[in-house]
Amino acid sequence: MMIINLIGLALIALIVWWFWLYKPEKAVDSSIESITIVVNNGVYQPSRIKVAAGKKTTLHFFRKDGSPCAATVIFPNVEVSEELPLEINKSVELPPMPSGEYPFHCPMKMYTGTLIVE
Amino acid sequence: MNKLTGKLDNPLANKSTQELIIEGAGCASCVGKIELALKSIPDVDNAEMNFALRTVLVTGQVSVDLLIKAIETIGYNAKSANEASDDELLDEKEIADQKYYIRLMRQMWVALGLGVPLMIYSLAGGPMTVDTTLERGVWLFIGLLCAAIMYFAGKHFYVGAWKSFTNHTANMDTLIALGTGTAWIYSMVVVFFPMALPEMARHVYFEATAMIIGLINLGLALEVKARGRTSDAIKRLIGLQAKTARVVRDKKEIDIAIEQVLLNDIVRVRPGEKIPVDGMVTQGHTSIDESMLTGEPMPVEKFEEDEVVAGTLNKSGSILFKATRVGKDTALAQIINMVKRAQNSKPPIGRLADIISAYFVPVIMITAIVSALVWLNFGPDPALAFAVVSATTVLIIACPCALGLATPMSVMVGVGKAAEAGVLIRNGEALQTASKITAMILDKTGTITEGAPKVTDIVIADNNYTEEYILTVASSIESGSEHPLAQAIVDSTIEKGIDPENVTDFHAIAGHGVEAVFNDHKLLFGNQKLMLKYGVALNGFVAQAQQLAKEAKTPMYLAIDKKLAAIIAVSDPIKSDSIEAIKRLQANGIRVVMLTGDNRATANAVAKKVGITEVFAEVLPEDKANKVAELQAQGEIVGMTGDGINDAPALALANVGFAIGTGTDVAIESADITLMRGSLHGLADAIAVSKATLRNIKQNLFGAFIYNVAGVPFAAGVLYPFFGLLLNPVIAGAAMAFSSLTVVSNANRLRFFKPQDH
Ligand SMILES: [Cu+2]
Repeated sequence: MMIINLIGLALIALIVWWFWLYKPEKAVDSSIESITIVVNNGVYQPSRIKVAAGKKTTLHFFRKDGSPCAATVIFPNVEVSEELPLEINKSVELPPMPSGEYPFHCPMKMYTGTLIVE
Repeated sequence: MNKLTGKLDNPLANKSTQELIIEGAGCASCVGKIELALKSIPDVDNAEMNFALRTVLVTGQVSVDLLIKAIETIGYNAKSANEASDDELLDEKEIADQKYYIRLMRQMWVALGLGVPLMIYSLAGGPMTVDTTLERGVWLFIGLLCAAIMYFAGKHFYVGAWKSFTNHTANMDTLIALGTGTAWIYSMVVVFFPMALPEMARHVYFEATAMIIGLINLGLALEVKARGRTSDAIKRLIGLQAKTARVVRDKKEIDIAIEQVLLNDIVRVRPGEKIPVDGMVTQGHTSIDESMLTGEPMPVEKFEEDEVVAGTLNKSGSILFKATRVGKDTALAQIINMVKRAQNSKPPIGRLADIISAYFVPVIMITAIVSALVWLNFGPDPALAFAVVSATTVLIIACPCALGLATPMSVMVGVGKAAEAGVLIRNGEALQTASKITAMILDKTGTITEGAPKVTDIVIADNNYTEEYILTVASSIESGSEHPLAQAIVDSTIEKGIDPENVTDFHAIAGHGVEAVFNDHKLLFGNQKLMLKYGVALNGFVAQAQQLAKEAKTPMYLAIDKKLAAIIAVSDPIKSDSIEAIKRLQANGIRVVMLTGDNRATANAVAKKVGITEVFAEVLPEDKANKVAELQAQGEIVGMTGDGINDAPALALANVGFAIGTGTDVAIESADITLMRGSLHGLADAIAVSKATLRNIKQNLFGAFIYNVAGVPFAAGVLYPFFGLLLNPVIAGAAMAFSSLTVVSNANRLRFFKPQDH
């Protein structure tokens, strides 16, 4: 019984670490390569994207997931929201942003991603 | 209306990057061919093809048609990815939604095909336990069948859960996958190693797995259906666009697709037809029904040089007009864009749900583990079975998808509803704040009043002159002045067929009026101060002038050769429905305050007429914002309504700024909400819609929370020690599907809301 309890606690610790404490550091740099963000299976891939500060940016989205939630991507900090048509590449233009981290997500926040502006 | 475009300016108008979708590119070697063909066009800077997506990105200032032609000459088909019309996108979206719906329904039937018979069997008292070898065999078969169903009907949950797990995020897929997975794995353990478990724990839960997958697919399918209905407003706006336009080219009138109308094309519109693009009338006269855009029921007369707006309906005459804005630049296209944007932006109340859902899933996973541990440690026999059931049920019932839907669904309906009433809401935040407004400041000129003064009275003081002569003199002297009241006098004389003549020695005397010489007569035209300055005797006419001022008119004295000739009264008429609209605001408990730069007497007279008791008169333009701050300091949530450039700072400072759509661009740009028709009813409508939307969001959040907050402890078994009750995971699956359904249908209920209560 003791062992099961310990396993349970270890699992809890793992959940806390995996979802909250873990800080992903790698991000794809949009200035080096042209990026297409694939929207499928509940994730944006890639979901951490580096963009240049103070410059207009264009991101390309390609949605494969048919669920209605995935159909819209929102960049709340810059008031941009775009419909992503199914299986058609869609470019989303973003205004220049000061450096910092900006989230983007679907209306239900099932899909989440981060723009690292620097 | 045309002024709307000031703020809605399309930032992509001058883009030099174009994207094309290529059809018929079968192999990777096509890539080089296509790129080369595009790069050989002189103005193309670069062309890059993404073979996986079959798209090509072209930079350079080239027309799409040219690019498409170049691709067609080498044997492929191409279409622009960016220029697909809203109509097409909408159709595509509908087809995609329909496909998705059919898939979900099929998956539901597959899963319920196994789940329902199993559940009936279990409810009918059939043993769900594994004791004999035969039972092992049968359950093994069912277990494998269940695995197949998990693969065919629920694969998307498991793949999604895994993908987001590797991305360090958790979502509803995670919970569904964990819940159904736990139930299945436990059941398989029972099938393979029944002896390792106490007899009472040898229970299988295959029916739960199958039922939950089926029910959640059903929930998603119903959501897709309901969502389609929710975006009605956008569909209706898009439906306003005409499909074709009749343009004059080479002196012939031809019908072309609306996308092909070019700037400065001359377009013919016949009675009963829709205006295809924005433009300016060059020939003819007609009346146009703009109600679909502005909510204003009265048709508007249009003459030469008047603006016409795409999407409105030509009622009577045939006109020619010059296209001034086409494609995505038309006011209608930009309104559609703005409504779409606002529909997807969340009001602050929605962020609550966001914060919760960000922490929710991991918290629920922990709750499930804790609940399982508690059952294992303290639960009655069979503790393991209870632990598995409670953990599974907690995971399933806690699914936060309804929570995530609650706000966006209502905002989508609410913003669309407002747009139908001619009210453009910029974002979710404005929508929420508008519902809380306690004080509304109304600018007088152009907001409460028409903003276009008219001559109302002419009092002849010297019987040597006729009314006609007085008007000729007055308009002659005023035609040089830029004062709005002067314009009123000039306009009304021209209306009567009188032409102003030339004056000499024209001088404006600041704060007084003007003086000039007309046909050797010395003219003085201005206020009482001007008359006193030059010693003009006013006799009994001061009382008459005061009487006019009390009627909200501005009296002006005209003296010829230093003798009073007439009093001309000018007034800015109050909009026909201002009084009623202000009453509506006041009935909602809103403190209505009037703000104006006009003199106190006129301001008070207007205020009295419309039923406003609080007036800020003689306010300098730069002080308007201070008045907003003053009310805010009193603890009011202030709405400010204005139309002029000088209102901009006040509009920006107010909690919610309302711009009259017929006003200046600057005002619209500083505002949170734009009223497309001039009427103040838009204000009351906006507030009513925002209140209804907020109420709807709260109901939704409550509906979504109730399932989760009440369901989780219940699922964990809090009731068990008292009532011996433990929630069945199947019920949890059904509850979860229902929570989404509740939220979506409640949001749809908002569609029947009518902002106009008169
Ligand atoms: Cu869910």
